[in-house]
Amino acid sequence: MKPGDAVPELRVMPDRHLPHRFAGAGEDFNPIHIDPEAARQAGLPGHVLHGLYLMSVVARAAGELAPGDPRALKRLSVEFRDMGVPEQEIIVTGTVREVRDGRAVMDAAAEQSGKVIVGGGEAEIEV
Amino acid sequence: MAWCVGARESREKGGRDVSADDGAERIWPPVDYSVGRENIRQFVEASGERRVIYKDSKVSGEAGFRDVVAPPMFAAVYCWRSVRPALADAGIDMTRILHTSQEFVWSEPVCAGDTITTVAELRDRAGSKKASTYVLGTVSHNQEGDEVSRGTWTILVKGG
Repeated sequence: MKPGDAVPELRVMPDRHLPHRFAGAGEDFNPIHIDPEAARQAGLPGHVLHGLYLMSVVARAAGELAPGDPRALKRLSVEFRDMGVPEQEIIVTGTVREVRDGRAVMDAAAEQSGKVIVGGGEAEIEV
Repeated sequence: MAWCVGARESREKGGRDVSADDGAERIWPPVDYSVGRENIRQFVEASGERRVIYKDSKVSGEAGFRDVVAPPMFAAVYCWRSVRPALADAGIDMTRILHTSQEFVWSEPVCAGDTITTVAELRDRAGSKKASTYVLGTVSHNQEGDEVSRGTWTILVKGG
């Protein structure tokens, strides 16, 4: 592994009810995630994905630098740049920025329908 | 362990304001989350994880974990148990929030059977009539008193 290496692209398709399942798993029942009408009243196009779901998808992509090791991911920071919505494919990309003292630092981003929805992603992984 | 007990005793009567030199404006009482195998499974399935180590105690055990191990982002689950009431206590309308950035730093892994205790604090608050930004910090420990993660949560509230 060296700087400039790309991590395998991760593509996921969240279905219409994914926010409901994530709400149940994470106990976050904010209506903007599970009720399209409430989301529209809040000025959104419809119910939206949880930011922490998007971060989880980025974390999965980062984890591929040390496959199968649940301890490897040491830090992840992300900026939620735009709303993620169900039923549109999400594409996560990442590039190794540096490798030093057994740790890789990776830049990561997630796009949906050509828009960056997660940017400024930075992951530190023990490799 | 002593850390958790001390924190609980000093904060059990509710969130308190702290002086500026503590580096936080407000600290809320610790909140416990008892991690069950099925909690991990539900999170793993909702977040699309496919690795069996997060589902099968035998596979986790063979990798040296005491029970089914949680993926790092399970922090979203046990921390939210403390962040949600903190935001409500700060008077924030949940339908007007935008989660703008997030960081987690992980140390010890979390396994089924653990009890994770999280303390949330308000680190910064800035705003105008249009919007306010709140920065919360979380620190989570397991039942042994070992730190499992630290989080930094930046949340924008539309309408100030």
